Parts: sequence; structure tokens; C-alpha cells
Amino acid sequence: MDSLDKQLLTLIQSNFPITPEPFKELALTLGTTEEDVISRLQKLKEEGIIRRIGGIFDSQKLGYFSTLCAIKVPEERIDEVAELINSYPGVTHNYLRQHEYNMWFTLIAPSSQAAEDILEEMRRRTGIKDLINLPAINFFKIKVNFNLNEV
Amino acid sequence: MFTELDKQIIRELQEDLPLTSRPYKVIADKIGITEEELLAKVQEFVDKGIIRRFGAALRHREVGFTANAMVVWDVPDEKTREVGAIMAGFPEVSHCYQRPRYPGWPYNMFTMVHGLSKEECEATAARIAERTGIKKYDLLYSTAELKKDSMKYFMEE
Repeated sequence: MDSLDKQLLTLIQSNFPITPEPFKELALTLGTTEEDVISRLQKLKEEGIIRRIGGIFDSQKLGYFSTLCAIKVPEERIDEVAELINSYPGVTHNYLRQHEYNMWFTLIAPSSQAAEDILEEMRRRTGIKDLINLPAINFFKIKVNFNLNEV
Repeated sequence: MFTELDKQIIRELQEDLPLTSRPYKVIADKIGITEEELLAKVQEFVDKGIIRRFGAALRHREVGFTANAMVVWDVPDEKTREVGAIMAGFPEVSHCYQRPRYPGWPYNMFTMVHGLSKEECEATAARIAERTGIKKYDLLYSTAELKKDSMKYFMEE
């Protein structure tokens, strides 16, 4: 990644142009050509740095319910339980963390009842009762932009 | 609340924007509306906050923020608003939410702290503890990413 890549990434995290020729507009801002912007983005995607370019939706405003869940998984069952949990399309993120509650995943479902039903099914299918549902009660901050120029 | 056309647009915008000169026209053609109509809808979704952010989703592990800690705090219930506001003021904190407690899970405030090293995250947590007076907290580092996907909405219909 060179400094132009970093500027481009910082720019398009939140200010991707919603105009007919967005890549040309980015090129003008960065002082390069449309072709250069497109080929850089292609490369950043192939390298896995960019996961996707598009809309990141507010699940609540779409009428969905989202929550964070934590489950205590015995060390030797991690792969198997991860596979089961990840197989639900509403599970969007899943991380192992250093704690008794060692598997942390986010679940998005059409309603809180639907989420609870899925969690109950996970408890039944894994045989693990220690699975807690931690929906946000209050939001104090959501920020997903990182200034790559500082890296 | 959402028309069938809205849902169709959402289904397209949750995919990956094509890397061609006029990506919105490609999508508009697919749906059967004009490029102008689509752009107006995207802008409307952004203005209403339905699209929280329009742009690139990055894999942070790939871009140098190597350490991120989920720092969980036991904040007295009557102080959550005041303390939440202070925590949110730290630039190293990307997310700050209040969540329920459970027997065996005493922590009700969750912050994501980002840094270039574990030491940096620890130092940030210590500064937050100092500023807020909340002394009971724990740092949970992620050791593996098992899944990271974007949600696909309105796919069940």
C-alpha cells in the first residue's frame, strides 16, 4: 500500500461519491485518473484489504433486531461449535476471545423473538447452556472509520 | 414501510458495487429504473440513516490496527449515561454500548478499544478507568476471527 492507496481507503470508507461517475470524482480529488482509481481498488480487493464497497445498513431501521452473544465453548469443541454457529446467515461476526466466555458473535434476526428462538436452538444443538444474549440497551458511540493516514 | 422497489434496491446495495465507470447505472439497469432514480434513493437512504455508511468495508486486521480489545466495565446503573458519554469521548474507542448483566457476567458497559499493540490498548483502558473512576473492568482480546460477513437483508421473501 502506498500513500495514495491509504488516502483512497480513508476517503471511501465514508465518503464514497453517490454520483454517476464516482471513480472519476475520486480521481479528481486525489489528483489521478479514473483508471488508476479502479485498478487500485481492484488490487485492494484482491489483497483482501477491501471486503466490499456498498451500503452498510442500520439493521434497526430496516426493522431487524441485532444483538451480541457470548458462549462458553470447551477448548476441544471450538471448531465444531464455530461451524454450527457460523452456519446461521444472521451470524455476521464471530470471534474467539480470551475469557471463560470465549466465543463472541453478533446475530441479526427479523425480531428479538426470532433471535431468542435461534439462540435456544443453538443451546439445544450444542448442548451448551452458557450462552448469553447481550443486546445493546444504550448506544453511546458507533464509529467505524479509521484514519489510515495515521497508520 | 419498505416498498418492493426499496427492498430490491437494498438487496443490490448490500452486494459489492461493480468497479466500472458508471456502477449505479449497472444496478439501475438491473432493477429497471433510471440511474437518477437510483442515486436519489441511495441519497435518501443515507439521509434517513437507513444506510449508516456508504463506502468500503475494510478488513481491519489487514490495515495495521493489530490489537483491538473489547473492554468491558462494571458501571453502577445510575452512572451509565454520564460514564458512557466520557468513554465515547476517547478517540481510541470506536464503539460504546450499554448491555445487560447476567449472573456470572457482571459487566454492563462495552467499549471497543483500538491500538497498534496490546500495551497501547491497556494504557487506553487505564486512562479511561482513571477518568471515569470505574475500577472493575476486563480486556478481552480476540485471538481468531471465525466469521466476518455483511448481513443480507430481505432475502427470506
